[in-house]
Amino acid sequence: MTPDLVGGVESPDYASHDRAGHGPYTPVFVGDVKRELDDLLTRYPNKMAALLPALWIVQREHRWVSEEAMVEVAELLELTPAYVKGVVTFYTMYHQHPVGKYFIQVCTTSPCGICGAEDVVKSFLRHTNAGELGITSPDGKFTVIEVECLGACGFATPVMINEEFIESVTPDKVPELLARLT
Amino acid sequence: MGFPHHPHPRETTVLSKYFGDAEARTLDGWKKRGGYKALEKALGMQPAEIVNIVKESGLRGRGGAGFPTGMKWSFMKPGDGKPHYLCCNADESEPGTFKDRELMRWTPHALVEGCAIGAYAIGAETAYIYIRGEFTEPLYWMEKAVKEAYAAGILGKNAMGTGKRVDVHVHKGAGAYICGEETALMNSLEGRRGNPRIKPPFPAVSGVFGMPTTINNVETLIASAPILLNGADWYKQMSLSNPKSTGTKLFSVCGNVQRPGTYEVVLGFPFKEFLYDLCGGPLHGRKFKAVIPGGASVPIQTMEEAEATLMDYEGFVAQGSMLGSGGVIVIDDAQPMVTVIARIARFFAHESCAQCTQCREGTAWTTKIMERIRDGEGTMEDLDTLLDIADQMTGKTICVLSDSCAVPVVSGIKKFRGEFEALIQGRRFHPVTAAVA
Amino acid sequence: MAEQKMVSLTIEDRPVTVPEGTTILEAAKIAGILIPHYCYHPGLPIAGVCRMCLVEVEKAPKLAPSCATTVAEGQVVHIYSDKSLDARKGVLEMLLINHPLDCPICDQSGECELQDYTYQEGREDSRYREPKRFNPAEDFGGDVIYVPNRCILCTRCVRFMDDVAHEPTLNVSERGDRALIGKFEGRDMTHPWAANVIDLCPVGALLSKDFLNKARAWELDRTASICPNCTQGCNVMMETRENQIVRMKPRPNEHVNAFFMCDWGRLNYRWMNEKNRAERPMVRQGATLAPTSWEAAITAAARAVSGKKVFVAASPMLSNESLFLLTELMQGGSGAFRVVEGEEAPLPGVEDLALRRERAANVYGAEKLGFRKTRELLGGLGQGDVLVVAGEDLAGIDSAALARAGDVIVISSVLPEAAAARASVVLPIANFSEEEGTVTNLRGRVQRFTQARQAPGETRPSWLVLGDLLGALGKQSSFFLPSEVFARLASANKAFAGLSYDTIGFKGLPLADAPAGPKTPVAVGAA
Repeated sequence: MTPDLVGGVESPDYASHDRAGHGPYTPVFVGDVKRELDDLLTRYPNKMAALLPALWIVQREHRWVSEEAMVEVAELLELTPAYVKGVVTFYTMYHQHPVGKYFIQVCTTSPCGICGAEDVVKSFLRHTNAGELGITSPDGKFTVIEVECLGACGFATPVMINEEFIESVTPDKVPELLARLT
Repeated sequence: MGFPHHPHPRETTVLSKYFGDAEARTLDGWKKRGGYKALEKALGMQPAEIVNIVKESGLRGRGGAGFPTGMKWSFMKPGDGKPHYLCCNADESEPGTFKDRELMRWTPHALVEGCAIGAYAIGAETAYIYIRGEFTEPLYWMEKAVKEAYAAGILGKNAMGTGKRVDVHVHKGAGAYICGEETALMNSLEGRRGNPRIKPPFPAVSGVFGMPTTINNVETLIASAPILLNGADWYKQMSLSNPKSTGTKLFSVCGNVQRPGTYEVVLGFPFKEFLYDLCGGPLHGRKFKAVIPGGASVPIQTMEEAEATLMDYEGFVAQGSMLGSGGVIVIDDAQPMVTVIARIARFFAHESCAQCTQCREGTAWTTKIMERIRDGEGTMEDLDTLLDIADQMTGKTICVLSDSCAVPVVSGIKKFRGEFEALIQGRRFHPVTAAVA
Repeated sequence: MAEQKMVSLTIEDRPVTVPEGTTILEAAKIAGILIPHYCYHPGLPIAGVCRMCLVEVEKAPKLAPSCATTVAEGQVVHIYSDKSLDARKGVLEMLLINHPLDCPICDQSGECELQDYTYQEGREDSRYREPKRFNPAEDFGGDVIYVPNRCILCTRCVRFMDDVAHEPTLNVSERGDRALIGKFEGRDMTHPWAANVIDLCPVGALLSKDFLNKARAWELDRTASICPNCTQGCNVMMETRENQIVRMKPRPNEHVNAFFMCDWGRLNYRWMNEKNRAERPMVRQGATLAPTSWEAAITAAARAVSGKKVFVAASPMLSNESLFLLTELMQGGSGAFRVVEGEEAPLPGVEDLALRRERAANVYGAEKLGFRKTRELLGGLGQGDVLVVAGEDLAGIDSAALARAGDVIVISSVLPEAAAARASVVLPIANFSEEEGTVTNLRGRVQRFTQARQAPGETRPSWLVLGDLLGALGKQSSFFLPSEVFARLASANKAFAGLSYDTIGFKGLPLADAPAGPKTPVAVGAA
């Protein structure tokens, strides 16, 4: 069943977001994005509660959560950077370093494990040339990792690529999937 | 409704009637299908009335704990002058469970309605729907539905023109199974690490932002609407075995079975028929070996136990397991039990929040021993150590993630000890080859 | 005022009655039993995470975390039952599976609660056969080193920085068995009270850079004293090895410093180990000072002082006893002191606790006893007055003013350079760490300090020397103990009336006219 492609379908241009130590930090919360945060703040009785949503905005804009971003968020929400970092490192979905243009996450928890998830992983590793889990492929395009239960166990094996959620991936469907992306 | 397969005639589709029906996701489509009539009715009632009806119906929490919902709602004391909050637990991360995802992406307005009803019933003006960050589709549909509901005046400070305020906000999680634990969910909502809290204080006394809070599962809240419309008796009557288990339940079926998907049956339904008929039985050439009927945290059942089970809270307990979240993981004879259990242990080790010593160290230690046994390097002593660690991990921690990790290990060693010993004795696992038909 | 409801229960067969709301762990303390625990600390909010304090409560389905469970009427609690012991044994085993077991090179050895409880109740061996988790040690800034491999994640340090220092500098990073304490790059443990986390850490995960590898815990002699480095008067233990102070640690006092002391005070002990001492009594002979006997020196000093007006340039580090005797020496003259100042640094989570601006132990006592606080130390020195330099180092002193003095008698631990040419008599005394006495903090609390080190050479306690000097002047003053001096002070000065060493004890007592302290002392076992 072809899923509706919802959420972040097209991955933003990798080059424009590749700071990785080059160039100064550009603040996230300016203009419309600042207004977005201000609106978010009205939903909660205090500023701290807007932390997870604020970090999602950072990840949306910058593709990862850098230490400078943590400082920016901390200042806006009247928290300390150490506190923000403690929260960022707790949750697996916030990237603490840049990842490949396509961040491929394959569920391998037991319900998918017994439906051949490991083979899906192997297929991705081979066809992306990433070779190893967690390593970005030489062309900078792909990072493949295993993740825990994605909550789509009846549609084994589910895979997330950036914000796109794809169900029922089998090893033979992988090349076509990758082709569709690039 | 057997989704993504065709509805099976033996199902009773109440909540899952519109799975696969794209129009049901829009406000107009939902209204055409009778949506928001329950909320309209609720807003015209006294909150206490609603609580009583839900109590009468026998509805129990569908997230895994099975706590009577009406009773939970009654813990919220009206007129205490404090803001009350409803949190909808849409963090669905229990391996094997994917029913809330279906409910949200096919009937998002049902959840908006359920949240509004629940909020009103407990005296809350604000409800947060905490959706796990990986649920891209449900997030999209829920945010869209909430927006539509606001635009149509269903939500807001003048909900459905009654002058009562009902606010619903979608809050996105960021990758933590433990945030499905109600107190960890509250901490996460507050912008903290998802650490469970010690109880007391209980959420109904001091919950999110220190205020009285009720946390309910997606399915539970959605069920409140048909209960209000059709009455408590209607719901109570839907019970095939034990009168303490009423209504329908969505079961997520996955693993080595012909037709994995989401099935809705009346509680008390015979499990054997469910597995072999509704779900289509085992894959070609294979035999069922084991079932984990309620998500990875419940004890593993042998097929003997499973086939004797009536699918309700008491029925699963009587056959050596628990209903839990209703995530049915079916394991056939091609799967090494040790590998399956080792991977479940790894899951829990990954998800432990790290507060309690037994969980933080015990889940990881268990995983390491299990993987060593899986890889043929285990010893008989390891089995004793595993059981001892499991005992240390049970009943001694702030939350039950620790207990949950111990459960598959204990039930696995108890009921499938032969496979453990075989690997320890150096014999490799071979899938039992079924006779070719 | 409402009557406090009391609850009666039985702990390990001991009946105990405590106020409602008390935790089982605190009730056990009152019953005389210490339930082993790590993450709980009476000065921090309750966490309930280490799970070490689990106890068996009859009729309860699960073991109860005693630090987080309030007592109930009629409860029967077992701390040494099989179930409780087994649970603790389990926690200890789990805490050690990734632990490097490097006691031989760990500073905490000998004062480590993991060692203590494991020895008491743990397993003899470990069943762990897997590779251990490893993280490198980190410099957290300030005085703090973090060794993650030894960390038991009790989170006392995080809670201290969050809830007591009000500066969340530390966090728990990562999840599960990958978790460790973290901080943010560039934001270090430079908070003025940060080093308290080292005391709070039950194991050798947080260590003092200053103390690193300096001594083994069992080599230390420990003495109850008062931190002399500001007017707060935090209660401390001075810890010495081979007569050198190697460490100061806070001693709990709910009226003064709760469980804490500031980094400035803690690390400022080296001056008490001062080497360049006046070790022998000396009398001027022409151009030089010649060593002599105590008798001769006291006689010479008495002769110089007799019948003259005396101006005392005192140090606010001197005890109440010494300052009192110095006033008896004034004979119509006066006395003054000056004090070094610095920035105040409060500990926000504790009422009325700060590193104070005035950096000496007995400013309040000196003022109470009639010494004037001034920046011009010798301003009150009249032409021809005998100048008694008591404890002062005369650094940066106005030499013109000094020239106004007649005889100069030095009664100090160090001979001040400025006075070396002018002193007629030098009476060498013990410094703060080498004698016993009392000091008065800025809230008028009189607190006892005791002798932590042996005084060098022929030096004597200041109160003894002054007593002998007054005796040689014909004033009835022969003291064998500092408590006797204090008794004389208490009868002479209204503010000190009714106090004695016995009543002061080691928590101190306020002067009769002391300003009112915090409304409620820091609660022990506060939630």
